[in-house]
Amino acid sequence: MTASATMLQKRRPHWPRKVGRALLILIAAAFLAVFLVLPLSVVFVEAFRQGIHLYLAAIKQPEALSAIRLTLLVAVISVPLNIVFGVAAAWAVARFEFRGKALLGAFIDLPFSISPVISGLTYVLLFGAQGWFGPWLDAHGVKIIFAVPGLVLATIFITLPFVARELIPLMQAQGSDEEEAARVLGAGGWQMFFRVTLPNIRWALLYGVLLCNARAMGEFGAVSVVSGHIRGLTTTMPLEVEMRYNEYDYVGAFAIASLLALLALLTLAIKTLLEWRYGDEIATRSPAGTSSRGH
Amino acid sequence: MRRRILPGFGLSLGYALTYLGLIVLLPLAALAWKASGIGLHGLIRLLSSPRTFAALKLSFVGATFAAVINAALGLLVAWVLVRYRFPGRRIFDALIDLPFALPTAVAGIALTTIYAPNGWLGQWLVPHGIQIAYAPPGVILAMVFVGFPFVVRTLQPVLESLDHDVEEAAESLGATHLQTFFRVILPMLVPTLLTGFALALARAVGEYGSVIFIAGNIPMRSEIAPLLIVEKLEEFDYAGAAALGMVMLIASFVLLIVISLLQRWSRRWAEQTR
Repeated sequence: MTASATMLQKRRPHWPRKVGRALLILIAAAFLAVFLVLPLSVVFVEAFRQGIHLYLAAIKQPEALSAIRLTLLVAVISVPLNIVFGVAAAWAVARFEFRGKALLGAFIDLPFSISPVISGLTYVLLFGAQGWFGPWLDAHGVKIIFAVPGLVLATIFITLPFVARELIPLMQAQGSDEEEAARVLGAGGWQMFFRVTLPNIRWALLYGVLLCNARAMGEFGAVSVVSGHIRGLTTTMPLEVEMRYNEYDYVGAFAIASLLALLALLTLAIKTLLEWRYGDEIATRSPAGTSSRGH
Repeated sequence: MRRRILPGFGLSLGYALTYLGLIVLLPLAALAWKASGIGLHGLIRLLSSPRTFAALKLSFVGATFAAVINAALGLLVAWVLVRYRFPGRRIFDALIDLPFALPTAVAGIALTTIYAPNGWLGQWLVPHGIQIAYAPPGVILAMVFVGFPFVVRTLQPVLESLDHDVEEAAESLGATHLQTFFRVILPMLVPTLLTGFALALARAVGEYGSVIFIAGNIPMRSEIAPLLIVEKLEEFDYAGAAALGMVMLIASFVLLIVISLLQRWSRRWAEQTR
């Protein structure tokens, strides 16, 4: 809050301004309630519509359990890979000058501006039966499309920018003085990284990982293209939601959806907590993609 | 000289480039290659198919509508959240990112359950002739939903740092509140609004999960382009799917370049008028 803002508040508003203000708050709150809170409530109300027993039964079905396991598996593989990439890319971009840096930044952002369906499609064209490597993979008995590796690859593609996008602006703002000091004092490269760099970026890293994970577990479009929808084998939770919904199993669909909605709420809660507590060490509170593009 | 002091330039850049090349650039190369296989005649045939044309039109025009709605509503919500203090403000502020955190398939079935003819709100709206689900308005509604956080989150920091001196000067010179808003504040916000608009637009054009449930996917009426790609894939028309994907990619990049030019122009204009 800036000094002039408190000045604006102190000045006693006369009545048209007061009414206008109340009206604007009312419109915004009503809009947010209908537009955001209502869909969220729908998920839980519909999930429990037939009682808690059917809800639990829907979640305990073997297809549901295997979808949950698969979703966790995909996230456990793709998120760490993108963490390593994000840290490496941020180190290169934020600490060194080189030709083509802006281009590298643009490429990192690319997955954000590509339709998830097209992302999935590119992997089908690469590894599918008619794809570049399709015949070779087929001859060696390796399955990527309509199998778990395809799901993992598509998820990696979609979530690639999250960690890098959080780290780059923060590391640029922090500068490299502390790291240089560590080096001058005789620290080795990895020693400097684990003792100086990592502690400086830990909250931003956690923030990036949080967003990356939420997207990895919730991705639908890209994963749907490469999955083949084989029940119990290649259906992640969002795909299981779709299949149950299309089979008119609404309680089943919303039961799985409620787990994903809980994940979203948990993500939002931790994210908000991080912003309140460590706002300065995160550098941005925008959804990924808006932070570094300037205003 | 920092290059000599700090280690790991070759390792980090090499790793980042290799990873990016394998995960992003190689698949995109496959897309371009497969798309080019269709040839000029194939491309013309694809684009002149009324169904493809209708789907592309819905995706791009619908996304533009959604981004315009988002710019207006996002400005209102960001303004209220930044300028006013009221109970529940922090919770609303945290909820802004919900469309971003909520998996799109979940958003899709929830919105459909609300606006379907027998849905929570749909049962009241449809008898009055307001059909949202299974029609183009439903597509736009879902696109507004997924793009909503972008405008609010880009505007908030700028609104917070806005110089109040200019506003106060305008008001002390006798401008009304509305005049101050439209002639002083809004011009300063235009470049930021355009950034949010572009982000919301890019997200809406390619959106799939939240749209396909509420759209009803009626060919020529409420079928979006990404769904047509999926359908072509299911028919094993890989070249057609790739070509349509490539057309979408190129069209959205052109659109984003135009917006960034507009943005540069509006920023210069905003600085001149100051």
